[in-house]
Amino acid sequence: MKRRTILAGAVAALAMTSGAFAEDKTKVGFVYIGPVGDGGWTYEHDQGRLAVEKEFGDKVETIYQENVPESADAERVITQMALSGADLIFTTSFGYMDPTLAVAAKFPNVKFEHATGFKRADNVSTYSARFYEGRAVQGHIAGKMTKTNKVGYIGSFPIPEVIRGINSAYIHAKKANPDVEFSVVWAYTWFDPAKEADAATALIEQGADVILQHTDSTAPQAAAQKAGNVITFGQASDMSEYAPMPRVSSIIDNWGPYYIARTKAVMDGTWESTDTWDGIAPGMVGIGEISDAVPADVKAEALALKDSIADGSYMPFTGPLKKQDGSDWLADGETADDGTLAGMNFYVEGIKGDIPN
Amino acid sequence: MITLEKRPQPSKLWTAITPVLAVIATMIAGGLMFALLGKDPFIAIRTIFWDPLFNEQFAAFSRPQLLVKAAPLILIATGLAMGFRAGVWNIGAEGQYIMGAISGAAVGLAFHPTESVFIFPLMVAAGALGGFLWAMIPGILKVRFHTNEILVSLLLVYVAEFILASMALGALRNPEGNGFPGSRNFKEYPSAFNAELLPNTGLHWGVVAAIVAVIFAYILFSKHMMGFHIRLAGQAPKAARFGGVEPARLILFCLGTSGALAGLAGLFEVSGPAGQISIDFNVGYGFTAIIVAFLGRLNPIGILLAGLLMALTYIGGELASFMLGVPSAAIQAFQGMLLFFLLAVDVLTNYRIRFGKREVV
Amino acid sequence: MDLSAISPTLLVASLMVAATPILLAALGELIVEKSGVLNLGVEGMMITGAICGFAIAVESGSPVLGFAAAAVGGAVLSLIFGLLTQILLSNQVATGLALTLFGLGLSSMLGQGYVGLRPPSVEKLNFGPLGDIPFIGPVLFNHDWMVYVTLLLCVGSWVVLKFTRVGLILRAVGENHDAAHALGYKVVKVRLLAIMFGGACAGLGGAYLSLIRVPQWTEGMTAGAGWIALAIVVFASWRPLRVLLGAYLFGGVTVLQLNLQAAGLAIPVEYLSMSPYLITIAVLVIMSAPRKGGKSRASLAAPACLGRAFHASN
Repeated sequence: MKRRTILAGAVAALAMTSGAFAEDKTKVGFVYIGPVGDGGWTYEHDQGRLAVEKEFGDKVETIYQENVPESADAERVITQMALSGADLIFTTSFGYMDPTLAVAAKFPNVKFEHATGFKRADNVSTYSARFYEGRAVQGHIAGKMTKTNKVGYIGSFPIPEVIRGINSAYIHAKKANPDVEFSVVWAYTWFDPAKEADAATALIEQGADVILQHTDSTAPQAAAQKAGNVITFGQASDMSEYAPMPRVSSIIDNWGPYYIARTKAVMDGTWESTDTWDGIAPGMVGIGEISDAVPADVKAEALALKDSIADGSYMPFTGPLKKQDGSDWLADGETADDGTLAGMNFYVEGIKGDIPN
Repeated sequence: MITLEKRPQPSKLWTAITPVLAVIATMIAGGLMFALLGKDPFIAIRTIFWDPLFNEQFAAFSRPQLLVKAAPLILIATGLAMGFRAGVWNIGAEGQYIMGAISGAAVGLAFHPTESVFIFPLMVAAGALGGFLWAMIPGILKVRFHTNEILVSLLLVYVAEFILASMALGALRNPEGNGFPGSRNFKEYPSAFNAELLPNTGLHWGVVAAIVAVIFAYILFSKHMMGFHIRLAGQAPKAARFGGVEPARLILFCLGTSGALAGLAGLFEVSGPAGQISIDFNVGYGFTAIIVAFLGRLNPIGILLAGLLMALTYIGGELASFMLGVPSAAIQAFQGMLLFFLLAVDVLTNYRIRFGKREVV
Repeated sequence: MDLSAISPTLLVASLMVAATPILLAALGELIVEKSGVLNLGVEGMMITGAICGFAIAVESGSPVLGFAAAAVGGAVLSLIFGLLTQILLSNQVATGLALTLFGLGLSSMLGQGYVGLRPPSVEKLNFGPLGDIPFIGPVLFNHDWMVYVTLLLCVGSWVVLKFTRVGLILRAVGENHDAAHALGYKVVKVRLLAIMFGGACAGLGGAYLSLIRVPQWTEGMTAGAGWIALAIVVFASWRPLRVLLGAYLFGGVTVLQLNLQAAGLAIPVEYLSMSPYLITIAVLVIMSAPRKGGKSRASLAAPACLGRAFHASN
């Protein structure tokens, strides 16, 4: 314990001397899991960083580090950013949770924002997006559009975030079309274009005519296009280069407004540790334009669904809902609480197959 | 016409000068690349090579980090060098590193939350054993079925990665982790935590193990019979067989040792700097260590220096990346260049350059 | 579970596409290794080919030009390896690994303006009535031209290695460089040419990923395909037609496991995902196990001078 205090003191002293060098610009750091050129997750976070630069111009300086593995390297990179005089640091992957908290403890004057995590401190906020709201809209379109009644879903890893998306899409596809079936393929990677292409092809060959993906590359879009008559949805970024077919809509991660607001809060001295989980309404989850390949009535329904989620009149996880094993989950009219959603590790009734663990 | 003439003995002088030459050449070529990217080459080079060591803003933190980053590289490379000298090609240290981390972590987590001084030593043993056993697969297949160890050890890396993902999502998942992947954090479990031995030095048990491994390897190669057998098997396999070297034993020894050392590196990393098993806990130390082994000319002391140099480019590269906005791709290319130059100038150590004599090349 | 949903015809057809990138890269590496050189930089050359091919195809609108550029890009990069290992006699294993590192960095830098673009598409060849033959039609006569080029290259390498003088020289250089040198063959020149051929093939394999199979450009998109290609060469015990077999086996199991998942087979996903690697190892063990009284075939097939530096001392 004592050792740690000494360490904290030493680093804090260092941090203070480094603070003296800092100009009056607000320095904002970003730590990325992938390359900014991944076209998906990291790309969109970097778009958020650029939005901050555009908004504040000379008043901010942004720095970023790409390709930071969720290992010992993360703690070092975050520490070095703090040492370089950053006032606010966004760490944009779940695996940075413990490193972010560890560094935050040593730099009480630096503010930290950790994406998709659940541990907070006085100078650590968490933020995430309710992508499942977008999945509900996708599910509806998928259920209406499928002719084979078979929807293929490419999952990355079986974690709550991904399982939530599968459930949300399934519930709304089922509402739109009671005969719909989901078949899920786990790629065990966030990003391997060749494997994603193979997974999409396998699903299509087995009769799926709608492909949903929770991996970041456009490979499934291309596979769908090759097959013809298969529709897809953009993931993380709009992927509009595949519109109007096969990409009929998309979920867009839109971090810019949040990053701007938090940077502003640091500038004004009003920053506080919070837990933000925003969805369609504040614009953190964007629904990409629904293309003309979708019939007008389906498009109208989808937009109505989107609006009802946005104005808060409808919550995608509203009972009656049962779990896959048939046990009750939500009673009629009951909505899921954030705690259950955050740790979701079960399928809802009707989805076939097991979640690997 | 320029010709090369083999020196009877590698030149001591050039052994010392060549790395410096290579670093200077890299600074020039890398500087050009940074200039093309619109960055000030002098500042970029200074940030990579100087700032981690002497910049007053960072050095107090970065200097110890050099040890943290270099330790697994040195530990793994020392083991690999043994095999490479004997002509046993373990390319799959990355997999052994993963399996060592998983086995060691599993033992530690099994005891949670009991506190005892015996837990960490048990984890160390389990880590070494995990790496050892994983390396024994290519070893036994080679001895028993003549299966090529390069292929088997390499493919087993991918298998280990899937086991890692499955462990992080399943058996070793933190029950208090809200369903997210990843194990408990060893930083919150004192008996199993591989803490810094002296504050602010970066010195943890993995660093100690790396230094011990280097010393042992040095003694093995220069004094011990096994070291002689290893060299003999690498240089003259037939003579070795006449000299009473059992190839099967040698193969198993080399693969087993390098596997155990890689497993140890994984264990020390997971229980210390990394803190937990996560889906992509491994960051390529096993592959980078192959480069380190050859940069160090398969010599334990050389490996020590090469490991530190690699660690410096990683940490300096990170600084350059976010301080100057250099893309991490440029840093990767820069590291590649440094390796090219280091390998290229090696020719001066082993060969004399002759001018004018026209001979067949 | 509904295994009947898996169509063997479509499965074979898609495994041919899935295997093409590794097949190309592995063929190139096979020629390199036959000449006695071990180049572990396949991944780096592949990804450099992927971006060179992508960039040129996007700029020119012609996939053919793209593939040509990919071959040139891969070959130029491999020349760095060639100069270092053949002229400056550096260690081949380390130089190859450094090449991978360098190639990954270089490709990301070259590719910064090309993220999110769509390359010109490559149409499947139309074989007319041949494509309508049941099973054989969709399997053999329903692909893009690169699939056939790759198959031709495969058969071509086999013919050249086995029946021609060029092949003989190449093998001689790989088996015993001192003897080959004494016979008057230019060892270094032969090896440099082999290395460039290998680089060009790896480049083509990378471009097949970025232009046809995926098709898009993203950093790190080869995702380890180069390493698999290296493994396939060893697996094939340095024979071109076995490279074909190995690549199809690996590609086949990869595609099959995804199909089994999609069909809902009740085997844990982790084991299915590992299966391509485990099955490749298992097949290799069976192939290289010693036959009655004889030595194993696989262990004999490695070129004797593989990985050894050549220096003409006289």
